[in-house]
Amino acid sequence: MIKKVRRHIVQEEPLLFEISSPGKKAYQLPDLDVPAVDAASVLGSEQVRSEIEGFPEISEVENIRHYTRLSTWNYAIDLGLYPLGSCTMKYNPRINEVVARTEGLAWAHPYQPEELSQGAMQILAILEQYLCECTGMDAITLQPAAGAHGEMTGILLIRKYLESKGNPRKKVLVPDSAHGTNPATAAMVGYDVVSVKSNDHGMIDLAALEAATDKDVAALMVTNPNTIGVFERDIVKAAAILHAKGAQMYMDGANMNALVGISRPGDFGIDVMHMNLHKTFSTPHGGGGPGAGPVAIKKHLEPFLPVPRLKRVRNSWKWDHNKPKSIGKVRAFYGNFGVLVRALAYIMAHGGPGLRNATVDALLNAQFIRKGLEPYFELPVTEPTMHEVVFSHDRQEKFGVKTGDMAKRLIDYGFHAYTTSFPMIVHGAMMMEPTETESKRELELFVDAMISIAKEVEEDPQLVIKAPHLTRTPRVDETAAARKPIVRWKPAS
Amino acid sequence: MRYLPKSESERQEMLASCGLTSLSELYNYLPAEVLLQRPLEIPAGKSEYDIVDYFKQQASQMANGYASFLGAGVYNHFRPVLCDVVVSRGEFLTSYTPYQAEISQGTLTTIFEFQTMVCQLTGMEVANASMYDGSTAVPEAAMMAIRITGRDSVLVAKTVHPEYRQVLQTYTLHQGIPVTEFGYDGETGQLDLVALEAAINEKTAAVIVQSPNFFGCLENVKQVAELVHSNGALLVVVFTEAAALGLIQPPTDADIVVGELQSFAISPSYGGPFAGIIATKEKFIRQIPGRLVGETLDANGNRAYCLTLATREQHIRREKATSNICTNQALVALMATVFMSVYGKQGLRELAEQNLAKAHYLAADLPARFKAPFFNEFVVRTGDPEALNKKLLKKKIIGGLPLGQFYPELADCMLLCATEMTKRKPMDELRKAVQA
Repeated sequence: MIKKVRRHIVQEEPLLFEISSPGKKAYQLPDLDVPAVDAASVLGSEQVRSEIEGFPEISEVENIRHYTRLSTWNYAIDLGLYPLGSCTMKYNPRINEVVARTEGLAWAHPYQPEELSQGAMQILAILEQYLCECTGMDAITLQPAAGAHGEMTGILLIRKYLESKGNPRKKVLVPDSAHGTNPATAAMVGYDVVSVKSNDHGMIDLAALEAATDKDVAALMVTNPNTIGVFERDIVKAAAILHAKGAQMYMDGANMNALVGISRPGDFGIDVMHMNLHKTFSTPHGGGGPGAGPVAIKKHLEPFLPVPRLKRVRNSWKWDHNKPKSIGKVRAFYGNFGVLVRALAYIMAHGGPGLRNATVDALLNAQFIRKGLEPYFELPVTEPTMHEVVFSHDRQEKFGVKTGDMAKRLIDYGFHAYTTSFPMIVHGAMMMEPTETESKRELELFVDAMISIAKEVEEDPQLVIKAPHLTRTPRVDETAAARKPIVRWKPAS
Repeated sequence: MRYLPKSESERQEMLASCGLTSLSELYNYLPAEVLLQRPLEIPAGKSEYDIVDYFKQQASQMANGYASFLGAGVYNHFRPVLCDVVVSRGEFLTSYTPYQAEISQGTLTTIFEFQTMVCQLTGMEVANASMYDGSTAVPEAAMMAIRITGRDSVLVAKTVHPEYRQVLQTYTLHQGIPVTEFGYDGETGQLDLVALEAAINEKTAAVIVQSPNFFGCLENVKQVAELVHSNGALLVVVFTEAAALGLIQPPTDADIVVGELQSFAISPSYGGPFAGIIATKEKFIRQIPGRLVGETLDANGNRAYCLTLATREQHIRREKATSNICTNQALVALMATVFMSVYGKQGLRELAEQNLAKAHYLAADLPARFKAPFFNEFVVRTGDPEALNKKLLKKKIIGGLPLGQFYPELADCMLLCATEMTKRKPMDELRKAVQA
């Protein structure tokens, strides 16, 4: 039975271009306090454009209604649980939004003098220190703009380090359970990707790893806990295998929410890792960004970090651009500063002991879902669950229902879908991560919903296969969208 | 703790229902050697009041109350109130990437509008859902050109933002993509067409230029395009000052346009987060990196939107993807979208005209270094720019960007910028100081 939601009226709304009418305005510029100039005479008429064809003209009222109406077509963390695995969709504290908009910070220009940037630099320095403490690493760059960008930075660091030892090597090992960004990144940095099979427990197979690790291997890209939500018990041994051959251990920190305050990658053999501040450290996902993907490293990689680096000189901060061994810059300026401010505010709110408590609650919530759903769904890997649990649709497939169908049906119950069909090593994967910011009641409603869906699969599979039924928008034809892509509005001709 | 929504008794009930007796059982099975045996050395959790106070303290050590003439890729433009109002709605702020189209039509529709307005602004036919920023969009454009042409090298004008060029070097270094820079005309400040003609050859996949360029000068894009196309290469046009597009000719002769939308309601925020764009011709759509939103129909036959052409992307293609890029900058792109719809067709032009007027007032009798027409930035000869800036700081004015750090031959010059937010009084003071 659906308990969490019921239907209500939803406003319809055309596109901006369809409510536009010449002369409507939502702006007024201040009076110009200098003489106006004629564009054609100072730029040359060939450089001046005619009007921007098709561009909207809309009043202020219509503007705010437009976006407000559209917003109601979205699901969001503010409405409820997002059980997406490896996405760590947790509550986004609003104070983080407030402090990021503090006047002196929000309006800081990256080229303003260092003596007028000390506050921002201090924020970056403290965040570096706290993130190193959380990960057990020695140094960190905050420059990468997102997780995949951090991966690229990390693999570039490894490449530059190995080059300095005489040979950048040729291959990067990637477990078959890894996120798609891992192999894509390794390829971008000029490495051949070698996939390493997981064992029956969904973990690194030490024998396979040993066999795959030769003198041409630059690094292993590992996710820990892995994408099944299981801690890689043999991680220290795996690191030893790589290190014995002079290769490096890269960790994808997507699942760091399972570890903060409990275990530190720097203490289990990791040389380089990225974090996703928009996951573990609660900066808002914003419908797909912005993120931040800092990369933490062990001492031996420090000379290669992107420039500039923060440097303390006589009681004040300086930007040090003089790092001859650096990989260079991966982004203009210093990174997604506004996102970094939010992450620091989050860490300060929890504090060291609080971060650990949050982690433990995240583990408890995942455990609660596992226990609640284990009787109804196939659990292909029975190793202890950390922050996320992965079921398979094996039992439901007999009725012709797949993971994606049940995920869509879950939407009717008032939740976002869980992650489907990933990791690829699980047949019909149903991957769920609740995070620590879900109440007992929200989790009970979720477990209830999933059990109810399991029953529907047996009694009325078509109900599930055709879901969702209650959303404003039923299933959309994604195949048609890709066959003949329409990616911009055009006036009806 | 205020972010953890459970009472102690609820925790105990949940533990019991999991068949556990203590919270430590949730992790104490990890090998002892990997368990952290001490609390994290981070001060205990702080109140909202303390946190607000801390950031206010830090902000007080910044440039509050200063007039600024810095541009160089990051611009001070007014942020219409509606932009923050819209992005602060939890339904946008706290939603996930719109993979589940049925409950993400809000985000998907705004991205479709964003893609459309980026096309209208740039004169291109298709645009993606946004890039990390302008700087990282440049190498993505270069890699795209390489995929399209099957050629392997890239030429980039020295008048492209120096940090963008540095990022291009980092990205391309290990992909076997030779990147060669070509110079500029010391008189006009525009790229050196002769140098480009000498450097371009049958291996050149892309020629990357910026307009208005780093010196603020408008490039003659049409002329450059003819040369580039006659050599079978693609032209990539970069912009850092999106406000210029309200007034200047869009780079319709380009094959790929990349740029930065920071000017559109995105606060400077010490360099990020910003939103980059990449736009191109329809025929190259399958080579564009990153997320794309497309129009389709739902099961009731109504118009709907979804992410599309995912087969280009890393989560499907893995190591064969067009890029490893995963995130776009949805929320920041939404700010820019609201900015564009608030100003609209007329407003964007008026805004650009004000910028033009302010910058030309500022430049009037200053010793211009270059002759080419400019929008809202220009280079002036000032003698020792660092010394001048020190003097200006005493008047609570942040002067221009000294160019010696990026162009040793311009060590006696600074790059000045004026926008609609620059007031006449500090402009008069700056003019006086330069002429003194």
